[in-house]
Amino acid sequence: MFTPDRKHVSSRFKSKALLLSLAVGGLLSVSAVMAADGPGLGKPIDESQLQGWDLIVQPDGTGLPEGSGTAAQGQAVYEQNCAACHGMKGEGSSGVPALAGGSLTTTPPLMTAGSYWPYASTLYDYVRRAMPPLAPKSLSNTEVYQVVAYVLHLHGIVERDFVLDRASLPQVKMPNSGNFIDRSQVQ
Amino acid sequence: MQNNNKSERVRSDEKIALLNDQVAGNGLISRRHLLGLSLAGAGGLVTSSVLAADAGLLTRPAWSMTPGRDPSEYGNPSSHAAQIKRLAPAPNAISPGTGASRTPLHLLQGTITPNSLHFERHHSGVPDIDPAQHRLVLHGMVRQPLEFSYEDLLAYPMVSRVHFLECSGNSGGNSSGASASDGSAGGIHGLLSCAEWTGVRLSTLLDEAGVAAGASWITATGADAASLGRSVPLDKALRDVIIALYQNGEPIRPEQGYPMRMFVPGWEGNVSVKWLTQIKVTDGPANFRDETSRYTELLPDGKSLQFTYPMGVKSVITSPSGQMTLTRHGLHEVTGLAWSGSGSIRRVEISADGGRTWADALIDADQRELALTRFRLPWLWEGAEAVLQSRATDSAGNVQPSRAAWVAQYSPANRYHFNGIQSWAVSAQGEVKNVYA
Repeated sequence: MFTPDRKHVSSRFKSKALLLSLAVGGLLSVSAVMAADGPGLGKPIDESQLQGWDLIVQPDGTGLPEGSGTAAQGQAVYEQNCAACHGMKGEGSSGVPALAGGSLTTTPPLMTAGSYWPYASTLYDYVRRAMPPLAPKSLSNTEVYQVVAYVLHLHGIVERDFVLDRASLPQVKMPNSGNFIDRSQVQ
Repeated sequence: MQNNNKSERVRSDEKIALLNDQVAGNGLISRRHLLGLSLAGAGGLVTSSVLAADAGLLTRPAWSMTPGRDPSEYGNPSSHAAQIKRLAPAPNAISPGTGASRTPLHLLQGTITPNSLHFERHHSGVPDIDPAQHRLVLHGMVRQPLEFSYEDLLAYPMVSRVHFLECSGNSGGNSSGASASDGSAGGIHGLLSCAEWTGVRLSTLLDEAGVAAGASWITATGADAASLGRSVPLDKALRDVIIALYQNGEPIRPEQGYPMRMFVPGWEGNVSVKWLTQIKVTDGPANFRDETSRYTELLPDGKSLQFTYPMGVKSVITSPSGQMTLTRHGLHEVTGLAWSGSGSIRRVEISADGGRTWADALIDADQRELALTRFRLPWLWEGAEAVLQSRATDSAGNVQPSRAAWVAQYSPANRYHFNGIQSWAVSAQGEVKNVYA
């Protein structure tokens, strides 16, 4: 474990060389100085190597893939992969959350993807990474667009023929957006 | 007969002395009895009743007459302690591997949770990860995206920190249930554990990659089937987050994220992403499912709190606690755990009369930040009904709220971040039950 292999040594020397050149150029940042904390064993990679591996989708659409889908196309995907647990209309079942319908002002409130989730991006992100539970990541990017469009349609958020893609998805206005109070600075 | 009379007389004298030392209603006794300054009688009170029960010659047990077993490679608890287990649910048929097991807090002492009993919460089961194939990728808004192997990280400078970990949904049954459930301390509050975590500072790795100007968050995902993701503000990530590789001295257990987890001290457990494989530096949170749909707190007006990170100041009496029965009158030790996601524990008060009067419990002197604290106080119970409560105060001055005050803050649908005071009712027969008081 403590025998440095050739690759490690060379990448370490490379990063030292980089630090030196940055320093000479007067660009040495605080974080570059701090790198001296560790042995510098990280292997450089390129973002292009993470295509298809990095599944993170942000509310502004960052991370959304190519492709598109409509609710009309998504109905079959939904009925085949989701309806057995989430119900034909997204009403949920015992121990399985409802996806559509519901309201936060009833007693008790019914928090569904439609009534509660603030961003459509979360639907895309979550379905792609974690659903269906027996075969997560088995749906294609296009199928995810389709099924997300269908779930949004079940709650009446988009029309049946609305084309969901990387441009339109961030524009979808969720009913409960704007009702979340950011507490992240209370640390 | 003469001895018995003498014993009765001593007992009554000692009782008077103990009652003179009462510091709060219904039998709570001064902490002095825990500090070695006790009245000589306190020990005698217990000893006399034990001797009376065990009269007769002592015999030597069989295990003192024959050699025991050989040393072993990996130890196990005594077969006589085999009932000390996590409280685990039946398997989840719909979403395999999704669920939680709880630490049996009421069966443990001290503050460190054994690795086999650390609580679990999984969102798609425990993956069986080959560390030789596992990678941690650090990318996004960095000068140079990097990939680290497990072996790489083992070569980095490490830190060891004792910290509690509490699920945001811990104790949620007491938050919203119409009536108090018949639960044990572990059953209600056991999504709480405390361990020594050893690993590499995340700041070391972020510095190696070089965080770009304008970055303000990290988004992290695990290598489990759910690829669970959470976002953490960059300032916290640089402050005290570690990539944990060891738990109580041994490689972290599979159910805690082997070979590596992000450990975020003091914050709701879900952000300490297990089986960590990706850290993407960003200029905003990803708004993952587990920070929008879940782990947000619905308020009475329909708005919700999002990114509530530190766990609130909290305590629970672990003995006597729910489902236990006091089998004798006399001196008992009330003991439990206190913790806060905003610092260390300054004070724990105990009440035996449902919160009418309070006494300061003894807490260990070497308080750690963001770790469990053990508290204790003697209690003389002679068969009167009682309601035991504990109330913690942290180093930031936060005081644990009553259950009613906590409930009033939220929608009845919210079960996250419950830190209201726990009440255990003791009946005249000594039965201890979870109650709302």
